[in-house]
Amino acid sequence: MSARESAVTAPPVTATIMDAAASGDVLLEARGVTKRFGGLVAVRDVNLDIPKGGIVSIIGPNGAGKTTFFNVVAGIIDPSAGAVEFRGRKLIMRPRRTWIEPILWVAPSVIVVLIALALGVQNGGDEGLAITGLLALGLLITTFLLAIIRPPWYTQLLARMGILRSARPNDVVTAGIGRTFQNIRLFQNMSALENVLVGMHIHLRSNLVDHFASSRRQRREEEAAAKRARELLRLVGLRGIDDELAKNLPYGDQRRLELARALASDPVLLLLDEPTAGMNPAETSAMTALIGRLRKDLGLTILLIEHDMRVVMGISDHVLVLDHGERISEGTPEEVRRDPKVIEAYLGTSAS
Amino acid sequence: MTAANTKLSRTPAGGPGLRGRLSDLSSRHRSIAVIVGMSLVALVLPLIVLLPPFSSFSGQTVWMDGFTIAGIYVLLALGLNVVVGLAGLLDLGYAAFFAIGAYTYALAASPFTGWDLPFWPMLLVGAVVAAIFGILLGAPTLRLRGDYLAIVTLGFGEIVPIVILNSSKYTDGPNGIGGISPPTLLDTRFPTTGNPWPFYLTMLVLIILSMIFIYRLQDSRLGRAWMAIREDELAAAANGVNTVVTKLLAFAIGASTAGLAGVFLASKLQTVTPNLFRFDVSFTVLAMVVLGGMGNVWGVAVGAFIIFMIQSVFLKQLNIFFNNVQVPILSDIDFLQYQFLLYGIALVAMMLLRPEGLFPSRRRRRELHTEEDEVFAEHGDAMGAAPE
Repeated sequence: MSARESAVTAPPVTATIMDAAASGDVLLEARGVTKRFGGLVAVRDVNLDIPKGGIVSIIGPNGAGKTTFFNVVAGIIDPSAGAVEFRGRKLIMRPRRTWIEPILWVAPSVIVVLIALALGVQNGGDEGLAITGLLALGLLITTFLLAIIRPPWYTQLLARMGILRSARPNDVVTAGIGRTFQNIRLFQNMSALENVLVGMHIHLRSNLVDHFASSRRQRREEEAAAKRARELLRLVGLRGIDDELAKNLPYGDQRRLELARALASDPVLLLLDEPTAGMNPAETSAMTALIGRLRKDLGLTILLIEHDMRVVMGISDHVLVLDHGERISEGTPEEVRRDPKVIEAYLGTSAS
Repeated sequence: MTAANTKLSRTPAGGPGLRGRLSDLSSRHRSIAVIVGMSLVALVLPLIVLLPPFSSFSGQTVWMDGFTIAGIYVLLALGLNVVVGLAGLLDLGYAAFFAIGAYTYALAASPFTGWDLPFWPMLLVGAVVAAIFGILLGAPTLRLRGDYLAIVTLGFGEIVPIVILNSSKYTDGPNGIGGISPPTLLDTRFPTTGNPWPFYLTMLVLIILSMIFIYRLQDSRLGRAWMAIREDELAAAANGVNTVVTKLLAFAIGASTAGLAGVFLASKLQTVTPNLFRFDVSFTVLAMVVLGGMGNVWGVAVGAFIIFMIQSVFLKQLNIFFNNVQVPILSDIDFLQYQFLLYGIALVAMMLLRPEGLFPSRRRRRELHTEEDEVFAEHGDAMGAAPE
């Protein structure tokens, strides 16, 4: 019932959102995103601006490239061309000159060995050789570990040398983008509460020493996290299932739990991949109402992939229509609904 | 311990009753439970072997030496449990880290190199060196899963003993390194024969510390991240878990436990040879983890102990017994030769009858046994809302 209400109350909010967009308050900016799989172009040259606080939907027939675009934005696959900027920071791009990186790993060790040889270490006996070897090995391991852990300054250093790499999925989450999956991907054998706690992972600060010492700091942090996780479960409408294994929850609750888990990272932008897939009409309208509430209460910006037209038309400010990987239409739900190209893509060309 | 985990482990135990209350208490004060439990076990074992059936096999000293070696396998199983049971990374080359730990101490305290570094700091060094190798092995395998990961780790497990075998200049090849110094405490060397207590107690302390640390890791956010990766790596990454660092930490911590065990082995045997670390060690430890109950710290510890005792004592005694009694066919069989056949049979039987292991973690028991009870209850719902 409340779904209808929120759908009705949506327009005024929309107006302010579009104002924000007009004033240039863009949260996410995708430019020329292209993804090729061999000869197949899954996504071709897609541009998209998501204004802060807006709900933007991507629709299109099956195989239109919606999920591929999503996965590019989420850092799961690298784009073949184009880039995605989030809050003014270039997050996703086509990897460039990545072959240089391995050279950088070995360079310090090689330099050390060369210097040592130049100083005549080979004439100085075993000890000098051993020290040189250990030093070179240590440097190699250090650079190698740096490359694996990839701290921000390392990425920046690489970027300055023209070596570009997309953010990894977990970096995308840290930047403030949360997501759900089309086919629910919960941690099946963990409890609902633990699922949400994993979602909070990036906000927990305890380190190995805390783990070993079971420090008070860690205990306090974990208690606070569990409290927050319970709140999130209530927020998405899950009660009394905190200790149930995720796989034992009914389908609709699993979708809600996945949403709670995505919210746990405190995202600014939420990517929802068909949040109402497989739901019956009642569940669908409840989910739609929930999404509307997330925007209103938490001030979230939402990017939505959806098949269900009622959901899209009810809550979106802006709709992007893809077909065969290309943008065929874009605009307000009303504009898109009337666009002959959209009708054609969904229903086929009319015989006349 | 987290509030969440306490709650989780409490609920299914359910009900009052002494057993429920005991498990409650032990999950709230886990470290104390480990210390008390292990100390009791360590106290009872030397007494049990003084009793009739056991005392007839061999003397207390021999038994306790056996227990100490069994402790090494318990350590190995605890470490492998982190990699396989918690993080879900199948590692078939675990003996490599054992070897690395052992050779680290062998090189640091033997006439072969002429060094005589003290044992206690070398325990830590061995663990760290093994951890570094764990990371080095882990790094190239980060993108691999399941079967492929198993094959790469299998290769690593084969490479390490072979490298040790062939680099005679540094390891004395197949002869191994002998004359390794035993540990020293308060200026007294641990006796290598006679009094088994020093080694026995050292092993006890190592196991207690490892168990406490592993329990704590399991209950931390790192343990949760490991489980998340085991369940669904992509979803874990999409929820902010740095899968690279988390998996490497699993390898590193698993390897460091093996490194500890290796250093201890070297100091206990005073000699190490490459063939102490062949594939059968990796396999045995994996079998211990699986049979004991993957993911359950106590389970794998007990599983490892039992399997080691069966392999090193029971089978030998079986041979002697049948030889003495002169049972027609059975007395001709050397049961030690059929050790792996017996493992195989045990594993197959286990997977069919009790896939969660002898002493499963509550979580895994729920994983494997909720389906029968609960799927039917919710079938109607699931069918009604089935996706796609």
